[in-house]
This record gives sequence, C-alpha cells and structure tokens, in this order.
Amino acid sequence: MNATVGHDDRLRARLGRHATRCYLAVAAFLLASCNRGILDPIGPVAAQEKQLLINSTAIMLAIIIPTMVATIGVAWWYRRGNAKATYRPDWEYSGAIEMVVWGIPVLTIMLLGGIAWIGSHNLEPSKPLPSDKPPLNVEVVSLDWKWLFIYPDQGIATVNQLVVPAGTPVSYRLTSATVWNVFWVPQMGTMIYTMPRMTTRLNLQADRQGSFNGLSGHFSGDGFPGMQFQVQSLPPDQFAMWAQGSRGNGPALDGRSYAQLSKPSSYVKPMTYGAVAPGLFEAIVANRVPPNPVPPPQHNRPVNGSKP
Amino acid sequence: MTLFGRLTWGAIPFHDPIPLITSMVMLLAIAAIAVWVWRKGWWPYLWNEYIMSTDHKRIGIMYIVLGLLMLVRGFADAIMMRAQQSLAIGASQGYLPPEHYNQIFSAHGTIMIFFVAMPLVIGFMNFVVPLQLGVRDVAFPTMNNVSFWLTASGALLINLSLFIGEFARTGWLAFPPLSETEFSPGVGVDYYLVALQISGVGTVLTAVNFVTTILKIRAPGMSYLRMPVFCWTSLAANLLILAAFPVLTVSLALLMLDRYLGFHFFTNDGGGNSMLYMNLIWVWGHPEVYILILPAFGIYSEVAATFSGKPLFGYRSMVFATLAICIISFCVWLHHFFTMGAGADVNAVFGIASMIIGIPTGVKIYNWLFTMYGGRVRFNVPMYYLIGFMLTFVIGGLTGVLLAIPPVDFVVHNTLFLVAHFHQVIIGGVVFAIMAGYTYWFPKAFGFTLDERLGKAVFWCWFIGFHLAFMPLYVLGFWGGTRRLQHISDPTWAPWLHVAFLGAAIIGLGIVLTVVQLLYSIRTRDQRRDVTGDPWDGRTLEWLTLSPPPHYNFAVLPDVHGEEAYWTRKQTAIKQDQLIAEPDYQPIEMPVNTPTGVIVAFFASLCGFAIIWHIWWLAILGLIGAFAIFVWYAWRDDHEHIIPVDEVRANARERRRIRMEHLHTLSQST
Repeated sequence: MNATVGHDDRLRARLGRHATRCYLAVAAFLLASCNRGILDPIGPVAAQEKQLLINSTAIMLAIIIPTMVATIGVAWWYRRGNAKATYRPDWEYSGAIEMVVWGIPVLTIMLLGGIAWIGSHNLEPSKPLPSDKPPLNVEVVSLDWKWLFIYPDQGIATVNQLVVPAGTPVSYRLTSATVWNVFWVPQMGTMIYTMPRMTTRLNLQADRQGSFNGLSGHFSGDGFPGMQFQVQSLPPDQFAMWAQGSRGNGPALDGRSYAQLSKPSSYVKPMTYGAVAPGLFEAIVANRVPPNPVPPPQHNRPVNGSKP
Repeated sequence: MTLFGRLTWGAIPFHDPIPLITSMVMLLAIAAIAVWVWRKGWWPYLWNEYIMSTDHKRIGIMYIVLGLLMLVRGFADAIMMRAQQSLAIGASQGYLPPEHYNQIFSAHGTIMIFFVAMPLVIGFMNFVVPLQLGVRDVAFPTMNNVSFWLTASGALLINLSLFIGEFARTGWLAFPPLSETEFSPGVGVDYYLVALQISGVGTVLTAVNFVTTILKIRAPGMSYLRMPVFCWTSLAANLLILAAFPVLTVSLALLMLDRYLGFHFFTNDGGGNSMLYMNLIWVWGHPEVYILILPAFGIYSEVAATFSGKPLFGYRSMVFATLAICIISFCVWLHHFFTMGAGADVNAVFGIASMIIGIPTGVKIYNWLFTMYGGRVRFNVPMYYLIGFMLTFVIGGLTGVLLAIPPVDFVVHNTLFLVAHFHQVIIGGVVFAIMAGYTYWFPKAFGFTLDERLGKAVFWCWFIGFHLAFMPLYVLGFWGGTRRLQHISDPTWAPWLHVAFLGAAIIGLGIVLTVVQLLYSIRTRDQRRDVTGDPWDGRTLEWLTLSPPPHYNFAVLPDVHGEEAYWTRKQTAIKQDQLIAEPDYQPIEMPVNTPTGVIVAFFASLCGFAIIWHIWWLAILGLIGAFAIFVWYAWRDDHEHIIPVDEVRANARERRRIRMEHLHTLSQST
C-alpha cells in the first residue's frame, strides 16, 4: 500500500510531455466521448438509466429548442428599428396564451413525473434484479481512503479490486468505517452512499466482461482523489476459479490486519485477503472492535493546521 | 498560551507561500486604499454618509460593494481550482496539495453563496424596494445598518482564515462526520460555523425588515396587486429567509455543540446520526437557491418590461408563479440525496415535487417572451443579460429536471454534471440578473450611466466564458467525473479541463472589464449624466425621483393609480401636457445616522474570532460589548432629524421643472 498523497516534483516535470500526448489524441476523444462512463453501460441497471436520461432529455428538448428559437426570433423581430413589427404598447394579457404557457410545462412535467415514478420503482437500488441465477453477495466498506470488498460466502476479501461474475446479479451491502463516501462504478449504473453505523443496499449486474473503473463519489477528505478501484468482470467459471484460488492464499483479514488496513492511506494498490474473520462487516457497522481484539482503528488524519 | 486559547504563531502560514503572499497583497491593498481615502480627506464623508448611514440606498450600495469585492475573492478561488485541475492530471500532482485545494473549494462555495450572491441580491432589494414602493425608507432603518455590518463581519472572519489558521476542508456545507472534531480537529470548520452564524443573524434581520416594509409600508394606493414584480419576488425571498435561515442556524448550532461541548448529534459514536444534518442543511439549502433566484426573476421582469416598452405580460400569473415557487421550494430538499437509499416512494415523491417547480418557472420564461412580443425592444446591456439568461437558464432547467428524476440522478449525483448544472442556473440566472440590475440601476444610484460598449463586452465575456467553463463539465460528468477532485487520474480528461480553464479565464477578463467600465464611466461621467432621473423610459416609481434620489426619496409620497405607477402617471402627464397640481409640501422626518451597526459588528467579530480560537475571556468581552451597544442605542434621545419644508419645496420644484422638460422631449419623440 502506498501513501502517495502529496507532491512529487519529478513527476510534475513530465506534465508537459503528457499534455502533448493528450492533445494528439483530442480527435479520438471527441469521437469516443459518447462511448464512455454512464453513456457506455455494461449492465441492465446502467442501460435503463442511460435510456431514461436520453428519453427525458429528448422530451424536454422538444419544448426547449422551440422556446430558445422563439426567444431569439421574437427579440429580434420586435427590435426597435424594425418598422414592419407592430407595436402593441398596452398588450399585457391573453387568456389563450396564458392557458398555453401553463399548459405546456404542466403536460411536460406530468409526462416526466410519470417517468420518474415508474423509474424510481423499477430501479430502486435495494430491489433484487430479476435473474435465474442466485445473486452473489458482496459487502462493501469504505475506509480512509480505499475500498474493502468482503465476499462472505467465499470467505475472501479484496482491497480496491472488485471481482464479479459477468451476467450474474450482485447484491451489495455497504457501510463506511469512517466518513461518508459514495460507491460508484459509472458503467454499472446506480451509485449509493456508504455511511458509518448504517448499511445501504444496492443490486447491480455487469453483463460485459472486462475491466472497469470504480470510485468514491462523495468528498471524504485529503486522500479522496485516490479512492479508486478496479472492477474485473469475469466469466462465471473464471470467477469461481479466482475465488477458489484466492481462498487461503495471502494474508487473513482479522482484527489486527483490519486495524492496519484502516489506517489512512490513498492510491492503494489492489490486494486480496485469503481469509476473513466472520462477522467483520457487522462489527464494522456496529462500530465494535472487530473480532480478535486489537486496539481500535485510529484515524490518524494530519491535524488540520499542520502543513507537510 | 492559554491567554490566547489555541492561537499561536503557528497559525500564521509563514512557511506556505500562496496564502502568505495573498494575505500580504490583500493587506497592502487595504492599507493603500485606506491611506488614499485618508489623503483625499474622504474619511469623514465615508463615515458619516455610508458607514453610519441608515439610508436604505446607501446600505444597498454598501451591500453591492461588499458582494463585488467578495466576487473577486471567490473568483480567485475558482481560477486556482481550474488551474489545479488543468495541471494535476495523471502523473502530475499540480501545485496545490490536498489540504490546500480542499480549503479553496470549500471557501469558493461558501463565499460565492453567502458573501457574493446574498449581499448582491439583498443590496438590490435595499436600494430598489422602498423606491419602487414609493416610500422613504425601510421599516427599521437602524436594524438595516446592523444587518449589513453583521454580514460584513462574517465576510471578514472568512477572509481572516486565509492568514490566521485555515478554512474548512469539508466542502461548503460542512457535512458531518467529516466536519466533526474527530476528522477535522483544526479551526477551519469553526471559522465556517462562526462566520455563518454571525452573518446569518444579519440575514434574518434583513428578512424581518423587508417583510415588514413590503407588507406594512407602501405608498398610498399601492395595493398588493399593484406592486412591481421585483417587490413581489423580494417579498417571497424574504419570507423564505424567515422560514429557512433559522433552520440553518439550528443545524450549525447543533454541529457547534458537537465540536465545542462534545455533544453527539452527528457523530459516528454516542448515538449520533449524520443523516439528520444532511436533511436539516438541505431544508435550508434548497429554499436558499430560491432566495437567490426569485429576486433575480424580479430584476428580469423589470428589465423585460422597461426595454420592451410594454407592461409585463401576465403580471398576475407571474405573481402566482412566484408564490408557488416560494411554497414548493420547501417540499423538495430530499432531491439532494436520492442516493441515500430512502426508498422508491420517497424518492419519487420528492423527485416529482422538484419537477413541479419547473412549471411556474417555465411559465415565467414564456411570460418574458410574450413581454417582448409586440414590444419595441431596445438592446441595451440589461436586455443582453435577459436574453442570455433565457437561453442559458432553460438548459440549466433541463439538466435540473434530469437531476430530479431519481434513477437519472443515480448516475449523475455529485458529479461534474451537477457542478455544471448549478453553475448554469446560478451564473446564468443569478449572476446575469445581478449584472443586469447593476447596469439598470447604476444611473439611479450615481446619476450617470455606465458605458454601453464595455458593458456589452463584459456580457460576452460572461456568456462565452460560462459556456466554455461549464459545458466540458457536463461531458466529464457523463464520463463518471466526480466533483472536488484535487487530482485527476484519467489523462483523457485533460483537453476538457483545459477548455474549462480557458472559460474561467474569459470570465476573469469580464470581471477586469467590469472594473475598467466603472473607471471609464466615472471618468466620462459628465457626458453620461442622467439629468432626467428616467434614463431608460422606466415604468416603476424609482424613475419618478431624481438620480441620485434625495435622502427622503420623494418630497410627497406618490399617489398610485394602476399597476405601473410611474408609467401611468407619465402617460397622463404627456396627454395633458402638465404635471399633477403641486402638492402642499411638509417638513420630512428622517432617521438619524448611527454608529450602532459598525460597533456591534466590531464586537461580534471579536467575539466570533475568540470563539474560533477558544479565547473565552475575549468572547465574553465581545458579547458584552455588542449587548452594551444595543442598550446604549435603546436609550438614545435623538431618533429623527427634520428636513425643513423650504429645502423639500426647493428640491421638489427643481424636480418638477426637469420632469416637465423630460415629458416634452418624450411627447415629441412618440
């Protein structure tokens, strides 16, 4: 685990070369820009959310574009210098127009309100996804500043690396061992808060195989930008092999190693624990000392006044 | 060192060049201005006519000056953030370490909302509302002065944090548990809390003042449905302040109890619950944006009617829409945290409630459109801002409704998409209105107009700069870009961030040009005098009086007939080719000026500073000092001074002569 928050002057010098490379690829980015993040869904939740985003935008644009054109058109036609425009200095009311200007937004919002109602219920994060496969359970803990993923049924845990079987629903229970964060894999869809002493629930599925980015979407302190993780979406058989291979391999996540892990650090490299103390997630939620008692985790954040 | 609580020499950033240099430059600038004013011999004038003033116009001007100064500070934060995000990409860490960057974005948000937008909006209310109502002052003139100075005291403390200690590193709403002592042991959050508590008192007093003024003190014949729309939107905004700001005070007070006395309202242990703070702060926070945007809508309504040469289309609709927004804005706070997992029913209800606000807002857009329809539109600077606003705001409304659909919010919440959205409605809505109002009412305040050409240049800087700065953030939001990042891992974001920086720089140019415009207009003021008091062919009562108006505004309170008080009067006078018969002038009683406000704020600042640094003896001293001033003021002997009838009559006759000439010119031109 590397704590790399801070300056690195050597690296700063590379910026120039870096930027050049970036600009060379500008055209490529522009082309690729509609094919990333939430616009490039890899699972059913994200796909529906993208569709909702596009539909609602289209509905509103149908109203907004004519309004914008009319704004410019009316302002220009009725400019003072235009002799052809009729000046109606006392015209200030028309029942018919009033009806239309209230009617258009009311109808639009009724339509969008219906979309919001149905969408909220269909895509409620705690609702299990329809599937013929049983969901995989994953427990998520946000720490300062990395993610701990516990696989209770497999008895393993990972840091900053979420491995999921493709095409299988995953049921997440989430909490925080520190301040608030947001668990988010943009291409999988819905994000949700992780909050200390509370659990939230989230159901997602990745249909596509590959490697995707995950991050924290809620500011949580100095190491926040380094709070990223990798999502590996593997074919189910490879996932099973990975889980089996990880079990018993590598260090165990018990009270002592958890205390070590929960010390503040950022930009942490992915790692795997081959065993997990049972009930660890519940102990974290309850803010109890984890099993295998060790001194409680310390929040060794730098004192606010002190500058490095 | 207990004499000075937690304050030590270590609090001064000697080892940190950026805050140290900024502090030095700021201190030198303040000292230079103070010396310059002293050498010019202007201190007595400033002290008597502004600092101690109970005149709503002078207080309004002071609010606007405070807001514009803080805009420069807030913008400096913005450009530093844009620079950091343009540099700290991939392998580079940029030039700001996290503990500094996090202070900057927290200060940027806090300053822009509380010490830029609020003072500017309240400044316009102060200057305009009594004039539009056709009265001589607000209900409580001394309290008005106290309100201003308490706001200034909050601004002072926020800026003090730059060179004594540090500011909060928690974001502009200081969410616990991050803002609790466990995670933020320094004084940053305390600066935030104390500064907002002090300025919050000022804001609530302002609301008491304006609700009372608008409900109780209006010119004869000025019934509710004859009030200009700006007065209506000010009333709605002040009602919102009265209802919402006490919630802010309580939320911050509970957090202070946690931090100072070890309570457990929002802590992780001891039964605290940080979700409670999230709810409380947004119960204030959402109405807050309507506190800003409603008066902005009022400014646009005045501008639309005046420069289209037509009454506002659908006045009653506009009033109804304003009050609807006022009420619904209290029923939507949960849309700020759909991702908390409250459940489908709760999310859907708050989502739909949020969208419903779009209805009256949409109606307003159409009403401004139909105000221009059939008009004779003059493209002066305020009109540029109106049209720029209408084009920008509908897109901001679109992205706002997207954020109100819970399942869409699930993928854009807290991202740069959100950042782009609220800047779109706040810059495109509030800032454009402020710039329009500044240009529109400047001649009323100072007796000469601002340069049009430079004004249009400023508009284009804001308009183009805004779009360059924030459209890329929508894209990055779609890419999964979250907000408040001190470092960007993905190098492919670079071009968009560089465009955003360029946009911010263009806005910066606009701010520079605003200063240039002001200086140039002052220099050429003799060619741009507003001798008529009615430079835009206005429709509301502020254009009836002189520019600048006398302290008492109107020699005789105007008698109001019809919806557009001054327009009706002007048309009648043109038709009859004469003014109404000269009334019987009376001596006028006006409140005396008083140093109460500035002295109370001095003690409040001392007390606040002492609380931040745990210097308890000084805190008690400051509190006693502030209270003693109130008591001293309550026992005063002189309440008012009398303006003799001769002076009133002489001024009024001069005014009548000018108006008569003005009417002749107008009747010839039509």
